[in-house]
Amino acid sequence: MFHQVEALVIDEHTHMGHLKWTLEEFCKAFFETENVKMRFRASHFPFTEPSMEVDINCSWEGGQVKVGEGDDWLEILGSGMVHPNVIRAGGLNPDRYQGYAFGIGLDRLAMLKYGIPDLRAFFEADLRWLRHYGFRALDVPTLSGGLSA
Amino acid sequence: MKFTLRWLKEYLDTDASLEEIVEALNTIGLEVEEVKDPGAELGSFTVARIISAEKHPDADKLKVCRVETKDGEVQVVCGAPNARTGLVGVFAPPGTHVPGTGLDLKVAKVRGVESAGMMCSERELMISDDHQGIIELPENTPIGMPAAEALGVNDPVIEIAITPNRPDALGVYGVARDLAARGLGTLKPLRDDTFEGTFDSPIRVHLDFPDGDTTPCPHFVGRYFRGVKNGPSPEWLQRLLTAIGLRPISALVDITNFMTYAYNRPLHVFDADKVKGDIHVRPAHAGEKLLALDGKEYELEEGMTVIADEAGPEALGGIIGGEHSGCTEDTTNVFLEVAYFDPIRTAMTGRRLNIMTDARYRFERGVDPAFLYKAADLATQLILELCGGEASHIVEAGSPAVPPRKTRTFLLRRDRVRTLGGIEVPFMRQKEILEKLGFEVEEIAEGLSAVAPTWRPDIHGEADLVEEIVRIVGLDEIPSAPMDRPHAIARPVLTDLQKRMVRARRRLAERGLLEAVTYSFLPKRHAELFGGGARELELANPISTELSDMRPSLLPNLIAAAGRNVARGQADVRLFEVGSIYLSDEPEGEKVMAAGIRRGFSGPRHWAQARRPVDAFDAKADALAVLEAAGAPVSSLQVVQGDAPDWYHPGRSGLITLGPKNVLARFGEIHPRVLEAMGIKGPLAGFEVFLENIPASRRKGTARPALKASDLMPLKRDFAFVVDAEVPAAKIVQVAKGADKALISDVTVFDVFEGEKAESQFGPGRKSVAIEVTLQPREKTLTDEEIAAVAERIVEKVRKATGAELRG
Repeated sequence: MFHQVEALVIDEHTHMGHLKWTLEEFCKAFFETENVKMRFRASHFPFTEPSMEVDINCSWEGGQVKVGEGDDWLEILGSGMVHPNVIRAGGLNPDRYQGYAFGIGLDRLAMLKYGIPDLRAFFEADLRWLRHYGFRALDVPTLSGGLSA
Repeated sequence: MKFTLRWLKEYLDTDASLEEIVEALNTIGLEVEEVKDPGAELGSFTVARIISAEKHPDADKLKVCRVETKDGEVQVVCGAPNARTGLVGVFAPPGTHVPGTGLDLKVAKVRGVESAGMMCSERELMISDDHQGIIELPENTPIGMPAAEALGVNDPVIEIAITPNRPDALGVYGVARDLAARGLGTLKPLRDDTFEGTFDSPIRVHLDFPDGDTTPCPHFVGRYFRGVKNGPSPEWLQRLLTAIGLRPISALVDITNFMTYAYNRPLHVFDADKVKGDIHVRPAHAGEKLLALDGKEYELEEGMTVIADEAGPEALGGIIGGEHSGCTEDTTNVFLEVAYFDPIRTAMTGRRLNIMTDARYRFERGVDPAFLYKAADLATQLILELCGGEASHIVEAGSPAVPPRKTRTFLLRRDRVRTLGGIEVPFMRQKEILEKLGFEVEEIAEGLSAVAPTWRPDIHGEADLVEEIVRIVGLDEIPSAPMDRPHAIARPVLTDLQKRMVRARRRLAERGLLEAVTYSFLPKRHAELFGGGARELELANPISTELSDMRPSLLPNLIAAAGRNVARGQADVRLFEVGSIYLSDEPEGEKVMAAGIRRGFSGPRHWAQARRPVDAFDAKADALAVLEAAGAPVSSLQVVQGDAPDWYHPGRSGLITLGPKNVLARFGEIHPRVLEAMGIKGPLAGFEVFLENIPASRRKGTARPALKASDLMPLKRDFAFVVDAEVPAAKIVQVAKGADKALISDVTVFDVFEGEKAESQFGPGRKSVAIEVTLQPREKTLTDEEIAAVAERIVEKVRKATGAELRG
């Protein structure tokens, strides 16, 4: 089991430069560092064209992964420009409308940010784990206070 | 897909380093999974010579060797049977990590004799499984030469992940083409010598499909070879195949594997002497059998494509050859098959029979339909070079299944790379990239008209052309562009249900419950305890029997989680989850719930406060809190005792309903039978709220009318009733509230007296319930008479509704 967040933008002018900017801004906000380096690689997904996979830089030390440090790359998401067939199936004219889409595994992102080594721990409901990783009940992300609790 | 650097350079004229090639591959979409550089891994291993080998004084099977190494003479104790004076082999000094054993070498004493290093076997270097003895190199091999070089294994192996749209990159030649387009060198043209052949093939080829529909195999090119000598293939070919993880078999078979990996062009070779009559490509007859080269016998079905002779199927088209007509060391006459098989049928047949081969993998993704004659010639050349013999004229059936140019021609508008790809690429550079990738490109007024090459079945339109250009230029080159912000403040987008889920979570967290996310699956035995376990909610392919069914309730997984926590010494557990349950396999069978449990005591031991075991009222309070947060009309809700489902304790549970039919929540202590079955001890109480059953609020937004707060003092009056023990206190509260809706602002229960003592006082089956009623005068202070009148109405209503008597 894992969880996925999906994003979709459709308009008349959004292009791959906007997609890159969005992903860069997101990663900086989520990982709370300006230093995160990103690598964009061509790839293939059925619903996007062109498609790209995105890696972020990280270091592996003592079995712990740290984002925004080191020279290793870790794949975090798949993305691309929405395939003309998808836009057509959505009832729009792909010669006029375009946009981007991306999908990120939430659990994977959380594992990276918090150094959680095993996905299964998310679903164990171990009170000690929940208390350690839990948030204050009334913490709400805001633009001024930070988007990442 | 694996290949070696030297293999790549057969097709790509380049000075690029391994690192540059790896980086380019990643950029252009041929993701590098692994690079193994045996030359680097075997860096400490060098060539050395045994100057003398004497028997170990204290061991029969060991020898004490003087070894000449690049760093002078050393003494090594060696147990290999072939260790002898004059042998030239591979030496590892102390400190070397030996990949085959996973150990680091140390200077050691072996039965009292010092050994400073090791002479190695092939297995210790992990270049083969051979551990019969130590490696023997030609005697003239220079001492001190790196072992990888001396062994010919200093060729880095690159493994790339190929996305399903790129069958052309399943051949090294296709990878080279991409790299050349990226600017990493020049693609070398294929050899263009063709072979006419010297005689007519005695075997002819026929495509025998009903109604002449040759879609499954539109084109078959064959060639007969006579007088070949099949034996081990030459060292260069064996090394290539070994490096990418294939086992060299014989020259003929190795050639077909080479063609598969070099050009994405699977071939088959038949032992022509075992083929009876002509070759017929046809649909299989149901029940036909084929003993395949993997040693298994397959029963074929109609619709599968076979290559048959007069005796029956000899191969499964595009998937695997047959054992009967396979080539062996004794083969002298060969029939070469170069055919095109339809991707869909190949995939279906392969899946049906569960056969995965390099051929299937490629045919189902799509080989180049125009690359049959050329492939036949390339293979012919290799067969003649490696096995000798004589080649026939081509024999063929059908014609190249190349899609018409018109359907492969696409327009790339002049500004499209910029408007979709977000990057300026000079027009001529765009043209050059497409040309290098094999497109036929023409400049026209609107932009470029490009004909996709026959090996690129994935190109279907302009967006694909943009992708080709941006991936070759590199996505990292695209400048980031900030998104517009059309609104200063975003409009709310959450649905009612989403808001309820958020509010339920926050309220429960406020109340000290921890949020859990558990699996949507659970073991059947747990599902059955909570009204689930129906066949249609079983998973077709569960990862374990502990996750076999869709959950009919959130409670079982929370209770199981409580059990695990109790087992870890966390005795007081408070957990909740907001998520879906599944009551049928129809869409409306999925319900969004907020549920929670409390187990153990109400809190930790405390100096000022007594703690108590959790009970149904804790669960009820949680449920009401969620309902209130989610916007349910709390004052209009009824609590119905005794109707909760059977996983609740029958006497200590209830439903919370709105009107007679709409169940918003259920709560109570969990039935002891259920707790026992789940292996956890109580007390344990839980609740489940149906978030979707709460009626939508009629209010838009959060605006509200001005507060009309009374200046008049509210007053409180207490009433104690004696009622039958089964009458719920909530009923009395509800009735009392209704006695004067304008005046009564609140009713609460402050005392319940029940049990043996109560019964001795009030009679068997009776209890006392005391309520506090708050009266809020609106216009003027109430007179004694008015208060008495309200009090009387309350007593009267409660008596009528519940049979209660005012306690004397």
